[in-house]
Amino acid sequence: MKLSVRMVALAAVLATAACAPQTSGTSSSDKDEKTGTLRVWLFQEVNNKPKEQAVDSVLAAFEKAHEGAEVTVEYIPVETRAQRIKAAFNDPKSAPDLVEYGNTDTAGYVRDGGLADVTEEFEAWEETEDTDPTARQSVTVDGKVYGAPYFVGVRALYYRTDVFEELGLDVPRTQAELISTAKKIRAAKPGMYGIAVGGAYTYGAMPFIWAHGGELATGKGGSYASAIDGADARKGIEAYTSLFGDDNCPAAKCAGMGGNDTVTAFASGKAAMAIGGDFSHAAVEAGKVKGKYAVVPLPGVEPGSIAPAFAGGNNLGVLKSTSHRTLAVDLMKRLASKEAQGELFEGMGFLPTFSDVRRRAAEEEPFVKPFVETLAAGTKFVPASPAWARIDSSLVLPTMFQEVVSGRKDVATASADAAKKMNEAFGSVG
Amino acid sequence: MERTRTARSTAPAPRTPRGRRPGPAPWLLLAPALVVLGGLLAYPIYQLGLISLFHYTQAQVSGGEPTTFEGLGNYAELFGDDRFWQVLRDTVLFAAACVACTLAVGCALAVLLTRVRAVPRLALMLAALGAWATPAVTGSTVWLLLFDADFGPVNRVLGLGDHAWTYGRLSAFFLVLLEVVWCSFPFVMVTVYAGIRAVPSEVLEAAALDGASQWRIWRSVLAPMLRPILVVVTIQSVIWDFKVFTQIYVMTNGGGIAGQNLVLNVYAYQQAFASSQYSLGAAIGVVMLLILLAVTLVYLRLLRRQGEEL
Repeated sequence: MKLSVRMVALAAVLATAACAPQTSGTSSSDKDEKTGTLRVWLFQEVNNKPKEQAVDSVLAAFEKAHEGAEVTVEYIPVETRAQRIKAAFNDPKSAPDLVEYGNTDTAGYVRDGGLADVTEEFEAWEETEDTDPTARQSVTVDGKVYGAPYFVGVRALYYRTDVFEELGLDVPRTQAELISTAKKIRAAKPGMYGIAVGGAYTYGAMPFIWAHGGELATGKGGSYASAIDGADARKGIEAYTSLFGDDNCPAAKCAGMGGNDTVTAFASGKAAMAIGGDFSHAAVEAGKVKGKYAVVPLPGVEPGSIAPAFAGGNNLGVLKSTSHRTLAVDLMKRLASKEAQGELFEGMGFLPTFSDVRRRAAEEEPFVKPFVETLAAGTKFVPASPAWARIDSSLVLPTMFQEVVSGRKDVATASADAAKKMNEAFGSVG
Repeated sequence: MERTRTARSTAPAPRTPRGRRPGPAPWLLLAPALVVLGGLLAYPIYQLGLISLFHYTQAQVSGGEPTTFEGLGNYAELFGDDRFWQVLRDTVLFAAACVACTLAVGCALAVLLTRVRAVPRLALMLAALGAWATPAVTGSTVWLLLFDADFGPVNRVLGLGDHAWTYGRLSAFFLVLLEVVWCSFPFVMVTVYAGIRAVPSEVLEAAALDGASQWRIWRSVLAPMLRPILVVVTIQSVIWDFKVFTQIYVMTNGGGIAGQNLVLNVYAYQQAFASSQYSLGAAIGVVMLLILLAVTLVYLRLLRRQGEEL
């Protein structure tokens, strides 16, 4: 009996001693070592070799310039990036010094307190003046800069020139034509998807919503409200989900596909069209369809118009917890420099974030033309709210599309449910 | 049974050196185990319970925002969510099906093991141990490949064309069930087999002489004698299958089309890690812990009532 009393007392002491769950120090590391190992996390792309080569040449120059500094690069899979980066924020000891991150995550990561404010260094960098304004916007939160833009990405319509020629089809000029063309191809070639689409391919679906005049959310600054269940947005969802079915891309296969899956389907010759990014170029070139395809901007609703594309892309950011801040910022600038971005473009087809470098790239490489046209026609961005990371990672939009294409819910119900979840997320961040 | 009872009564009763009153010695001897258990079990559970009472998201963990006390707010949110109840129901049904299939397959094969010659027995043992030793991720990936719509041998053999097994809700659950049973029946089989070997052969001979069928022997002789072993493997299976994560996560790509194949553990993971609502995820964890504790206690109690001891 005595013992159990003692145990209770002990438990009580324990309970009062730790009255709140652990919080890792928000304070940035006060160390700024000039030697040692820098850890870098970059994303693993579908065809990663050229990226590794471009990065390696930067690293060689960096290590030469900083004696005693070493860099280890880890290529992390895009699918698990969210968990990996969060784990890094939670455990500064095992965290990298420099990370690549999707530009949609900027606001969330800043709110989490994970990224270092590099406004001063960024302003002082002589290459900054040529950074294009939308790219700059994507590293900026509340007027402060939290990284350097690494590349911009925009999607357009890939199509098989040989299939179109064989079937005597014209390149679609409206979304209605796109849908009917896709179905014609499927009817003529049952082993092929007319256009490869994916239920989990949010960024391929967004242009359909925007082209019909819909929005994901409306609002400014901190407060957003979902607009995904608006009448125009619903028309876009209707158009996109009409592409799932045995007459184009069977739901049983396509409902679970993401962006990379659709590009892989196109590259391996299983699809006559796909919505792919400029960054998919290398993967498609490495596939079976090399030399048998072309790219045009994704058509809008009106003939000749271009559907507003999602202005994606990645940034490089220094973690707040780094103990090598000076070195990490220098490496960030080197990796995101005009020269390195030019090399990355040559290897991977990733569009540079500097207007002048991009212009030069377009002159050298006619392939970039439809993407630069798409950028020029006006792009859109996801709500600049920390809630977006949560909406994205809890699969709100993929769930909505999958509910519709699997016939579980109609567009109105599914979009209303998605809007509810989005508003909850927006509400929780105030 | 009689034999074991007499054996127990003749064994010397455990005595401490200083008579009836136990000194600190037992506690000292237990201390290493208690420290390990406390560190690895009690403390995490305490943290889990603690986190579930706060508003604790990524911003709080990495220090971007202050942590606030919510009381039972996370639980209220959880119990008010239809999705949670649906996932809970799916989990219970799925775990029940998995446990039933695992036990049936495991026991049947254990009996079979005692009936076959050495070479087939060895082959069956090795096959089962292979399944047991396969890491869950590998096993899931291989099963997925077997049932792949385009390249899977199963579709080719059955002539199903390009049928997608993971698209339908039930067919996806069925596929996962196959994998779960495949990787967990060896434990049941080996344990029950060991139990059967310990049953005195004269009892089985007597039953056979009385003309009892194989099924009758199992039901009236083996099962009652193996009861303690069956209880342990059942509880183990319930706990494992209720907590299934890897198979669902890998085979249905994190919960299936529109989350149709979510089970509680994957749901908790989605809430806690993907959506960084650690406190809500912790609340789900606490609820799971309580459910499993309750199931185990009720089960043990029922057995007590029937006069059986473990």
